[in-house]
Amino acid sequence: MAKTALQFRHNGSDVAIFVDGGTNLLVALRELIGDMTPKFGCGQGGCGTCSVLIDGELHLSCLTLAETVAGRSVETLDSLKQGPNLHPLQRAFAENFAAQCGYCTPGMLMAAKALLDRNPSPSRAEIVEAISGNICRCTGYEPIINAILAASGGRVSA
Amino acid sequence: MTRHRGRGIASVNYPIGMNLGGDPSQALVHSNPSGKFTVALSSIDLGQGMKSVTRQICAETLGVPVEDVYVDTADSDTGPHCMGSFASRGTHRVGNAVMAAAREARGVMMEAAAEELEVSAADLETDGRGNIHVKGAPHRSISTKDVAIAAQFKQGKTISGRGIFLVPLSNVDPETGEMSPATCYAHACLVAEVEVDDETGEVTMIRMDSAYELGRALNPRLVEQQLVGGAWMGVSHALYETPEPYYPDPVHGPRDFVEYIMPGPGDICPHDIAVLERPAPDGPFGAKGPGEMCANPVLPAVANAIFNAVGVRIDDLPITPEKVLRAIKAEGGARPQARR
Ligand code: FES
Ligand code: FES
Repeated sequence: MAKTALQFRHNGSDVAIFVDGGTNLLVALRELIGDMTPKFGCGQGGCGTCSVLIDGELHLSCLTLAETVAGRSVETLDSLKQGPNLHPLQRAFAENFAAQCGYCTPGMLMAAKALLDRNPSPSRAEIVEAISGNICRCTGYEPIINAILAASGGRVSA
Repeated sequence: MTRHRGRGIASVNYPIGMNLGGDPSQALVHSNPSGKFTVALSSIDLGQGMKSVTRQICAETLGVPVEDVYVDTADSDTGPHCMGSFASRGTHRVGNAVMAAAREARGVMMEAAAEELEVSAADLETDGRGNIHVKGAPHRSISTKDVAIAAQFKQGKTISGRGIFLVPLSNVDPETGEMSPATCYAHACLVAEVEVDDETGEVTMIRMDSAYELGRALNPRLVEQQLVGGAWMGVSHALYETPEPYYPDPVHGPRDFVEYIMPGPGDICPHDIAVLERPAPDGPFGAKGPGEMCANPVLPAVANAIFNAVGVRIDDLPITPEKVLRAIKAEGGARPQARR
């Protein structure tokens, strides 16, 4: 099958790859760019662990055709790292014990970032809404909600 | 349509580890030339925190800072045999094996330190901050790092230890059925409050209150995390999850997370947890284990709460809206029970 040249911004750097028609963004990021931070959970929009930001908006990379991000800016969890320092959201997740196995964490962090970028002090209900496309097997969500509240300077419930 | 509130209670007497025993776990501990220690396990940390807890157990037993211990898990190529991460057995079985291995390694470490300080090993103690000194004379001291270097490069000794923990398999008396199912038990009691919609059969969690007795909580925050998350796994089993919704007929089974339903962030409710610590005589530093047992009391408590709310007794999991509705219809309508 003919490959298509695709250029976009990946975590602030320009990247160029060749993709097969129909390749989804998750596969392009993991297998062609080598960014393993978006995870494969279900491949069909049901779990949220593949979440990335496209031009600042939250998207499921498994349901996004790679070719549709041509010329756009894609941010993955990898964009949160700042050398040895943790991003405030990462620190809040660690301090609030918001990860156990960690498989949902990349998606949770990106959903949280998308929320805080547009609404720096969300209510608890807004946080629940913002992560409602993400499934977590381990934590019971409470610590994740608390972590996002903490990162936004909100009051954490007991 | 009416939404009925109901409350249910359940308690658990949970045997730690495999029923009847016979489930060994092993650990190996060795020091590196840097003075740090490695614990080799094949046991798997699925996120429940076994890596952190075994690290604490090893550091405490060796008498070194927790930062000086690295735990290498989940590889049967490099770690000794473990029966597995199930039955709330990680902290108890693997923890005991790590403790035994660390004790043996500590013995060698103290001998090596004694040789360097020219005293008897019985006169030495660790300060938990990376030093070994003569009892009552803290200035006569050597760092564990220097001991590790001396042992390896001068004395030709390996500071290492092996550990295994096995609850021997209990025989069952064929005449009486007498047996010893477990050596230690954790306990829990949980009250669930639900709301049942008698038109849709839908069950909503309103709140949970629970008390868990799990020996000593070696890492209280990890214990809390496990109890919070585990309770939601219990709710999920009680109300949502099943690979065989029409058992034994396999057709129309769930194929994805849209059909294999799990609670989302919008489904959770407040949960008040009390942790009671009654150290177990045969647990590492008195610990039993909260792992799997914390999901268990939720299922009967939710089933009881549904009975309390609408008077139907559902004994087939998960308790889906369809089952609730069919049962309410069969009863000729919801029959709320006395409020408890
Ligand atoms: S992998 Fe994309 S939603 Fe599950
Ligand atoms: S931490 Fe395991 S799925 Fe969320």
